Amino acid sequence: MDAERSSPYLKAVWAVTWKDLTAELRSRELLSAMLVFALLVILIFNFALEMDKSARENVTAGVLWTTFAFAGTLGLNRSMAVEKDRGCLDGLLLAPVDRSAIYFGKVLSNLAFMILVELIVLPVYAVLYTSPSSRLLFTPAFLGVVLLGSVGYVAVGTLLASMAVQTRTRDVLLPILLFPVAVPVLVASVEASRAILQALPWGEVLPWLNVLLVYDVIFIALAFMVFDSIVEE
Amino acid sequence: MSSQPRVLQILNVVSALLLAIAAWMSLSYAPTERVMGAVQRVFYFHVATAWVGMLGFIVAAVAGVLYLVKADLKWDKVGLAAVEISLVFFFIAVVLGSIWARPIWGTWWTWEPRLTTAAILEMVYLAYLLLREGIEDPERRARFGAVYTLLGGISVPVTFVSIRLFRTIHPVVVMGGNPNAQGGFNMETSMLQAMLFSIFAFSVIFATLFWHRLRLGALAEKVEQLKLKALQ
Repeated sequence: MDAERSSPYLKAVWAVTWKDLTAELRSRELLSAMLVFALLVILIFNFALEMDKSARENVTAGVLWTTFAFAGTLGLNRSMAVEKDRGCLDGLLLAPVDRSAIYFGKVLSNLAFMILVELIVLPVYAVLYTSPSSRLLFTPAFLGVVLLGSVGYVAVGTLLASMAVQTRTRDVLLPILLFPVAVPVLVASVEASRAILQALPWGEVLPWLNVLLVYDVIFIALAFMVFDSIVEE
Repeated sequence: MSSQPRVLQILNVVSALLLAIAAWMSLSYAPTERVMGAVQRVFYFHVATAWVGMLGFIVAAVAGVLYLVKADLKWDKVGLAAVEISLVFFFIAVVLGSIWARPIWGTWWTWEPRLTTAAILEMVYLAYLLLREGIEDPERRARFGAVYTLLGGISVPVTFVSIRLFRTIHPVVVMGGNPNAQGGFNMETSMLQAMLFSIFAFSVIFATLFWHRLRLGALAEKVEQLKLKALQ
């Protein structure tokens, strides 16, 4: 990215994201944990749901999104906990930039991790559970849904994770806070994915895409407004 | 400890009376519904308690916004009181609805938009209370609580709309009709009276409980301050 030519705000956002990506590139703590966890969830679904050929067609969307949501929670929790534990959050807050830049930086890096995990999980899933609709997992429409869903999930998740790490019950609290609020994004993602995988007409997918877009816009705007009051000391 | 203000004492009596009259109206004054029979009488309290639950939900979200703008701990107490009352009344509404749904729909529970939304709303409230549990600093607790009620206040309606994209079987007797609904009915005048009166009665009960809860919050704060003073 051309850091010199962009505005100071974008530069700050990018700096936070870049810091997270570099740290991750060197340690690979977060990605490996998320990835192994995601694969384990898929394995467990295999036993839990008896995923034979006929069952697969109906449950693929649900299984994938449950996996993404669980692995995402793991990543969100960790990425904020690291900041808190080593006192990095205080350092970040001292930086003379708008605090929402820190939020968006964190959102971007969390989004990058989540999408990376998704991009690895999808082919693995397609190999383990081959079905006629497997090739639809890699259409632009399906990947678009994955992107929109992840954006909404990470936008709310990053906000709530920065709240959860500041409480006594931190690690257990994030999923409890996040899941009830993220229901619309999960419902819409699952339904849109299912419609695409079953090759339903575009009219069946569109309402869910609308819900996803609306959710993303509303909650990014909301997080932008309230993030200040979450990190203020 | 200061005793209850005069108006609150009167409200206590009025609430009890209104509850008794509402019970009489729904159990005896309103006629028995022809198809569903006596179980339909659950409806009056079901609508009234659900209304109180909604009222508390809106009050909590508004209090959350006001706290974030004014940073006055008074609004935190208002929000907490509203959430606690709303949690209980929504639960009563769900239980009453189940009692009605068992004979009419043939099941205690179904994953229908309103029911699902009610369940998720209860989860949001429980998460809110757990969040508060985990924070000692009252000012931070208030800030986080306000943010969370605001998130919930926006996400729950979106949840409702998104689940409603599925087909619904919940009857809509107050406004409009739903051709797929099971267990709908036409209201007679006396039924409408009983329903409106129940809603009124429960609104007064809400106000009374709300006042009590606010007083409790103020007293709890006083106790906390006294404890701190004793420690110093």
